[in-house]
Amino acid sequence: MGEITKSLLEAIKLISSLDPEIYGIIGLTLAVTVLSTFISGILGISAGLALGTLNFPGRNLVARIIGTFMGLPPVVAGLIVYMLLSRSGPLGSLSLLFTPAAMVIAQVIIIFPVITGLTISAVRHGSGRIMETCRGLGFSRMKTLYFLIHECRYAVISAVLAGYGRAVSEVGAVMLVGGNIRYKTRVMTTAIVLETGMGEYRKALALGIILLVVSFMINWILQRFQEGK
Amino acid sequence: MSKRLNKRSTIISRIGKAGAGIGVTALILAVYVLLAACSPELQSKELTLATTTSVNDSGLLEYLTPILKKDTGINLKIIAQGTGQAIKTGENGDADVLLVHDKASEEKFVSEGFGVKRIEFMYNYFVMVGPMDDQVGLKGSGEADASAAFKKIAQSNAVFVSRGDNSGTHKKELSLWKAAGLEPSGGWYVSAGKGMGDVLMMASEKKAYTLTDKATFLAMKDKLELQMVLENAKDLLNQYSVIAVNPEKHSGINKQAAAKFIEWLTSDRVLGSIEEFCKDKYGANLFYINSSGKK
Repeated sequence: MGEITKSLLEAIKLISSLDPEIYGIIGLTLAVTVLSTFISGILGISAGLALGTLNFPGRNLVARIIGTFMGLPPVVAGLIVYMLLSRSGPLGSLSLLFTPAAMVIAQVIIIFPVITGLTISAVRHGSGRIMETCRGLGFSRMKTLYFLIHECRYAVISAVLAGYGRAVSEVGAVMLVGGNIRYKTRVMTTAIVLETGMGEYRKALALGIILLVVSFMINWILQRFQEGK
Repeated sequence: MSKRLNKRSTIISRIGKAGAGIGVTALILAVYVLLAACSPELQSKELTLATTTSVNDSGLLEYLTPILKKDTGINLKIIAQGTGQAIKTGENGDADVLLVHDKASEEKFVSEGFGVKRIEFMYNYFVMVGPMDDQVGLKGSGEADASAAFKKIAQSNAVFVSRGDNSGTHKKELSLWKAAGLEPSGGWYVSAGKGMGDVLMMASEKKAYTLTDKATFLAMKDKLELQMVLENAKDLLNQYSVIAVNPEKHSGINKQAAAKFIEWLTSDRVLGSIEEFCKDKYGANLFYINSSGKK
């Protein structure tokens, strides 16, 4: 218990010291996680809506494939992105390996299926009934979709929250494609692994506490948004 | 709290506003992140160095990075991997320069055309470390070479933690087992697959023996319950080299910065700083100089 208290104090010390390196790490974590969740959210909610409401040949197959990819081990996604972006790989000329952009790409691949799959579940349940009602009321396609999202907003935002949770907890993939480079691609999770490897358990735990607080704040904002409607 | 019937238009306008707010924030973040990665001017001053975890964990590179920036303007991006992985990174063209310590793989790297030239510039010694009670009795036993010490460990019931990750340290360890005529296996031989810092922590936890470079051990000593049990044996020499990755093999290699870095690294002044690194802190050199580059 004493160690946790000491780590808590260390966390407060790190924050109040205004150390630019720590703030850089926190800032990069926010940038990468929020951006990848945002992109995956737009793509995932759209795909989830389409797969949840439209009926086209092969729809069930696609939905099942997406469902399988929800369970894709993130480090495997990271490895595939690494091999694609390496200079000896097909997309090497983009020089994206070991950059934050690569980290975002890897995270989008991981999170997109999660948000899509959860949105499909959110929408599928009541969509038939809702869409019939909307058609009966004479709504246009766009209005129907808006209404559908509104009705399922709680579950859809939960899907985004789940996606964000995956993004902020990711270690293996971002370590691989980012390289944990100081000042450039080091995020909270990879910094924790580094400090642990150097035996700096207190600092690692302090970073973990800061990460939890940041994540909690984002979750809180999103949930206010969820309830505020 | 009054409950009002939400009109459809209010909902839509609120979704719209919230969405726009989030969208704008996310876009600003996106621009920041992508600009930071892709600006060409920044890229020409960036040098990607793939190196070993043992050099990185000793703190030497962290010490040299700001000096490099001040002297040459180069931003050093350090990727710490095991030597095996670092060499592969060089073969793939994902790094501009390597700093590694396994002569055999380095010579192969250059002879196969992936590297320009292998330049030895600094060395130190591996040491064997073990638990404070040293049950195998290696300390002060006057063993002349490490392979004999390895044999003793294999014959006892002590635990040995191996890097197990194709790093320079791992390859050195394997060569010592080979010299002792042994192929280590069994519950006592723990292949960790991790970097030097991690392996030292593990050996400390398990009260085991391991092979480490002196610099990393000294840098982490106060966190470990381990002591040096064998040093200065003739088969424990640890030679570091710097190699520029061959720019002909891949596009995008920053060959100017690589050449400048090597010139800077092998200059008298910087070599002197390397020799002085942590000398007063530990009372002995962490690294010694033996540059075959230009003086």
